[in-house]
Amino acid sequence: MKTAVITGPKDNDFTIKVGNVNGTGSASANTLLMKVLFRMGIPVVAKNYFPSNIQGFPTWYEIRASENGYMARSGRIDVMLAMNAETYQKDLACVAPGGYLIYDSTWPRHNVLNRQDITILGVPLSQLCNDNFASSRARILMKNIAYVGVMAALLDLDMEVVRELLNQSFASKAQLLDANQLAIDLGYQYAKENFECPLPFKATAIGKTDDHIIIDGNTAAGLGCVFAGATLGAWYPITPSTSIMDAFRAFCDEYRKDPVTGLSNSCVIQAEDELSAIGMVLGASWNGARAFTSTSGPGISLMNEFLGYGYFAEIPAVLIDVQRCGPSTGMPTRVQQSDILSCAYASHGDTRHVLLFPANPAECFTMSVQAFDLAEQLQTPIIVVTDLDIGMNDWMCPDLQWDDNYQPDRGKVLGADELEKMESFHRYLDTDGDGIAYRTLPGTHAKGAYFTRGSGHNMYGAYTEDSDEYKEIVDRLLTKWETAKGFVPRPELHGTDKSGIGILSIGSCHDAVLEARDRLAEGGISLNYLRVRAFPFNSEVQEFLDAHDRIYVVEQNRDAQLRGLLLLETKVEQDKLVPVLHYDGLPLYARFITDAVRTDLSRGQAA
Amino acid sequence: MTYMRRPSVVHPGLPHNDLGLSARDYEGGISTLCAGCGHDSVTSALVQTLFELNIPPHRVAKLSGIGCSSKTPAYFASASHGFNSVHGRMPSVATGANSVNRDLHYIGVSGDGDSLSIGFGQLCHAIRRNVNMLYVIDNNGVYGLTKGQFSASADVGTTAKKGEVNIQPPIDACLTALTMGCTFVARSFSGDKQQLVPLLKAGLTHKGFALIDIVSPCVTFNDHLGSTKSYDFTRQHYHPTIHTDFIPPAEEITVSSEDGDTISVELHDGSRVVLKKTDEQYDPTDRNSAYAYLQKHTAAQEVVTGLLFIDEAKPDMHETHMVVEQPLIDIDFDTLCPRRSALEKIQNRFR
Repeated sequence: MKTAVITGPKDNDFTIKVGNVNGTGSASANTLLMKVLFRMGIPVVAKNYFPSNIQGFPTWYEIRASENGYMARSGRIDVMLAMNAETYQKDLACVAPGGYLIYDSTWPRHNVLNRQDITILGVPLSQLCNDNFASSRARILMKNIAYVGVMAALLDLDMEVVRELLNQSFASKAQLLDANQLAIDLGYQYAKENFECPLPFKATAIGKTDDHIIIDGNTAAGLGCVFAGATLGAWYPITPSTSIMDAFRAFCDEYRKDPVTGLSNSCVIQAEDELSAIGMVLGASWNGARAFTSTSGPGISLMNEFLGYGYFAEIPAVLIDVQRCGPSTGMPTRVQQSDILSCAYASHGDTRHVLLFPANPAECFTMSVQAFDLAEQLQTPIIVVTDLDIGMNDWMCPDLQWDDNYQPDRGKVLGADELEKMESFHRYLDTDGDGIAYRTLPGTHAKGAYFTRGSGHNMYGAYTEDSDEYKEIVDRLLTKWETAKGFVPRPELHGTDKSGIGILSIGSCHDAVLEARDRLAEGGISLNYLRVRAFPFNSEVQEFLDAHDRIYVVEQNRDAQLRGLLLLETKVEQDKLVPVLHYDGLPLYARFITDAVRTDLSRGQAA
Repeated sequence: MTYMRRPSVVHPGLPHNDLGLSARDYEGGISTLCAGCGHDSVTSALVQTLFELNIPPHRVAKLSGIGCSSKTPAYFASASHGFNSVHGRMPSVATGANSVNRDLHYIGVSGDGDSLSIGFGQLCHAIRRNVNMLYVIDNNGVYGLTKGQFSASADVGTTAKKGEVNIQPPIDACLTALTMGCTFVARSFSGDKQQLVPLLKAGLTHKGFALIDIVSPCVTFNDHLGSTKSYDFTRQHYHPTIHTDFIPPAEEITVSSEDGDTISVELHDGSRVVLKKTDEQYDPTDRNSAYAYLQKHTAAQEVVTGLLFIDEAKPDMHETHMVVEQPLIDIDFDTLCPRRSALEKIQNRFR
């Protein structure tokens, strides 16, 4: 076995981390820095580590430039912009050997806080801003922009691009444009005059971001709901899902509002809680609309009862669950994939729910559209299980695609004409043998009327406490579950190696897994990789499990929930599945996986 | 079984409404509630209401939660879609349903447990949003299906069948509704169909949230001496404070408008409710005075009934949310979807 290749920073391949205090307006500066790289054609991703707090807590922003387009967290900091005195010690410690730390040298820095293996550069940012800006607010804000100027000099950023972005941001605010340009120049000049610029690693324009966008998953999901034709969004605010409904509402205002009357052909209702939000979605879907809610783990817990109702009474619904760190309130602004089991079997009784697992913002867009089709085809709640990393971070994605020929699949719905011709209508009769019965919408025709209930019912829709009639219904729901396996998105297979070793993963682990796979291959370890994209698992998942002797199941929770689901729902032997679990609340990175795989394989060789 | 189909025998002499339908066309399955249950009287008043208002049955949506009262939508209008939801959550289902199809007539049937305990929050928020629906509370002060525990509407000191005395103070549905900004608040008694039917008609026609709290005795668990929700107690303490007449749009008003105690309110479709006061102090268009009056008389153990408050002017949910007049479910997909050209434009903001 070859030894692992440890890669350091190089041109277009480095990570910058900015430590700030939240509420000081650093977001626009950090976004600017990231966008400059993107516009220079360098693939880039940003990870924002923010507190569950409004003002005064530490916050970090990581920008990874990756020529190969890896969108996972790098797990290595090459340049640390330490703007928060409170976290200075921690920020100093996180810099990779050989890296750089930049701090505000306006105030003296304690001698103890030093490292010999990195380069520390002091820039009097506060002093520069105090000398050049009058208001205290401007001094705070412009300090952030000034460090972008410092980075521009150190990384040799294209100043034309910086200017172009500033011009766009402040097109209608000339005064702000001047102030920002001045702040950039202050930082840039200081760095040029005092440091050796550029650093040994820098940014060079490479044109690898054409036909790509920078977008977060929540915006993409909200956009998907607009394109899918959703007319009701009902929700209760919860981090990290809130920006889905913000996006949905904003796009609806733009594309669905009559400019004269101000009236919209969609409706967003902020509910009193998640129980009500899902109730509204079920009511609207029962009535024939495409309706959805966005939430996170605690919301899923509250929605359980209605999810069981939707499953049993067979009502379409779309939920987007942006997972955060649990249990209980947990860490609301940190990521995990720990709702897998609670979503799969939400609610009491024998219930199962169809889940979709996007891996990036682009899939948030496509899968939110798919979710509405599946919900109506299968007449059941569909949960798009995404997470905070995908939902709230800015990812580089290929352009979103839309086919104007797309028409929504409304599933088996009988119209007035069909009902008129029928002798009688029975809601839960499986006439096609696929476990999916025909439904009717209120207001269509008197013959289509039925009584929707969560209590025991028979195939005719009538109340029952008869064992055989009850079993007929719940067994048919299993038939429908089998049908669903053919409808849900297929898993994505990478590699056709015969080594018998595989990786199986899910959602936002994807980019870290791809990168880990490349690193392992460089070290002579070839792994096939299957990314599960939906639950129920279809036959291809079983085939992958059968074809490999040892499978690393990579996921972001403590209890190996995906692995547990595979053990419950496939015929895989338990010992084959090796859990690789990352659950500290920060996004997964490739080295975590490569280390786990190498350790496990060397253990196997020793034995 | 709590659902049985009614035999489809129709007497040729039955009267028909403007749609050519008889009252039989508005009936549902045979009730499986206890013989003498007040809820069955409410059900039959609803049948009469729909029949007399000439509403096509398939244009009605019936919704309920869980409990004896919530079973009753199965016992009327079997040609209407029904949604028997989960406990206390019918208001949210009705809100969602209404938000996407404003053209149906929404009837919610709930109980005191469903509305005033487990579903209290949802009730308050549906009122707050002024969802256009008729919301009936069959109020009997007890949980029937779990065999007679007190509900949140039971008065302090009222006794259960086996002698237990209620110690927790009650929540008054009408006082709550008035506080939450409800635009139509009424109280009635299941034993007074004369009063109930015009109230139901007015409530269903009212544009906004119409709450009718109906004292509807539970013959099995709460109809004994010592109960304040029994038939006897209700009859003895019954105060029809406001007599309500419902006048459809085309009909002439026959009551004298010169009478100082009569108030006529026009509903959005041109029909009218004519309110005759038995107490001249009372003003059913003044929320504060309605509240004070109701509180005073409730404290004196009087069951004040009639249309207690009405406000036709307050915007409903569709108006406050600025939604188009056309039901959202009728808007075609090509109008809703911004299409590829728009997506390209949107994406340029993300470069």
